[in-house]
Amino acid sequence: MSEFVFLYRGGEAGRSPERIQQSMQKWMAWFKELSQNGHIKDQGQPLERTGKVVKGKQKTVTDGPFAEAKDIVGGYTLIEARDLEQAVELSKGCPILEVEGGVEVRPVMKLSM
Amino acid sequence: MIAVLTRIFGISNLVLAEDVVQDAFCRALEVWKFRGMPENPSAWLMATAKNRALDVLRRERTARTFAPELGRFIESEWTLAPTVAELFAAHTIEDDLLRMMFSCCHPRLPEEAQVALVLHILCGFSVDEVANAFVSTHAATEKRIARAKKVLANSQRLFDVEAPPDVSERLPAVQRALYLLFNEGYHGASPETAVRLELCQEAMRLTGLLLKHPLGSIPSTHALAALMCFNAARLPARVDSSGNLSLLFDQNRSQWDQDLVAEGLRLLDASATGSELTEYHLEAGIASIHARALSVEGTDWESIVSLYDALMTIRPSPVVALNRAIAIGESEGAQRGLEAIRAIPDPERLVRYPFYFAAIGTFELQSGKYENAREHFQAALALARNPMERHFLEQRVMACNSASAQQAL
Repeated sequence: MSEFVFLYRGGEAGRSPERIQQSMQKWMAWFKELSQNGHIKDQGQPLERTGKVVKGKQKTVTDGPFAEAKDIVGGYTLIEARDLEQAVELSKGCPILEVEGGVEVRPVMKLSM
Repeated sequence: MIAVLTRIFGISNLVLAEDVVQDAFCRALEVWKFRGMPENPSAWLMATAKNRALDVLRRERTARTFAPELGRFIESEWTLAPTVAELFAAHTIEDDLLRMMFSCCHPRLPEEAQVALVLHILCGFSVDEVANAFVSTHAATEKRIARAKKVLANSQRLFDVEAPPDVSERLPAVQRALYLLFNEGYHGASPETAVRLELCQEAMRLTGLLLKHPLGSIPSTHALAALMCFNAARLPARVDSSGNLSLLFDQNRSQWDQDLVAEGLRLLDASATGSELTEYHLEAGIASIHARALSVEGTDWESIVSLYDALMTIRPSPVVALNRAIAIGESEGAQRGLEAIRAIPDPERLVRYPFYFAAIGTFELQSGKYENAREHFQAALALARNPMERHFLEQRVMACNSASAQQAL
């Protein structure tokens, strides 16, 4: 088994309370299924859309990141899967895909001897 | 929440209030999907909206004018948070809902715009859902709501529910909006379904709110509430277990909600004071006769006809005339019913209403004129607005077919 990170990007804003409730139920169902099948290492956290960006040797601090809405990372989850292919399959169930969002699937580097 | 926020931000900042609510909901989604729903979701949402409101006020108090009545309290940091907290406290929220309801029924807005605002702002309906309620397009509804909001935004302050003359002046409009809302849920024209429970429930909830306010708690409001109770009592039988529409004549009356009937009677009693006889009194009276009748045959149709006669003098409409004609038919026989229907003035206003043709068809069926009946039911079927109505009218057509087949034997 290997570890992967799901980074959730984008996703629609501005909806009716009913759609929001439905969306939430879908997310909870998806997490539950992943968990029951032993794929969740760390369910992760939601992230505020902006914060600060610290850059360079000068350690300049600016407000941000001000990326396009579709690129902003809204949260993450640490997943356990057999391989990248399986991790990708698992990510296809993510409700964010139904609202124009995306899941970035990144393997965690392994320390191999 | 919008009602409270509009009180804080001022009616001219309605859009800002909506944004804050929208933010709170979006935030809820983001957090709850990871951490699950909290035990008290509405409290969570309120707290989030409140904090967001505080942020907005702090950030923008120099740039924007908020509610004029609260001016001083928002300026100082000492009073800002407690003032906002107080406004979010439960007991003021009902007042705010009422205030918002009255504000929505602005005299410069046409009736339908008033109801659209009530649905959108008070009941949280999306533009699509409001469009459905009026069988209108998304674009037209959006325009109507946007225009209506502009009118509201220009009205400087929220309606003052403490001022008796203003309240009395606008009360009829508020009652009418709630009446239309209930009606839309009870026999609406939505393409999906003829009956929408949530609209009826919203209407009843808001009417209840109106009754709690000393200035709103007058006989006509009691009558309106009674009418809603009597009609709502029939809802369990109105849609059967397969989702089919069942009209008054065919309903299984044992399924009627007797608690609601009792509540309706209590409210009808309370409405029987004062000197004003309104259309709500009359409609509630008619509904109460049905509610207390054990069967179609056992119904006091004569009294119903008299009440419809009275209603035609106060609030005449093609549908009222039709219902009156149907009552005459039940009371005096199918022939009289048909005559009464034919005597309705300006029938062209009814030609798009499926139940007009269905009523004629019913009386003809009762008179043994199966061919005529079937033609009329087919005309009705062509006008059906949703699957429920279609199914109901198809059944009627089939009934004519089997009746005439029987006769041929």
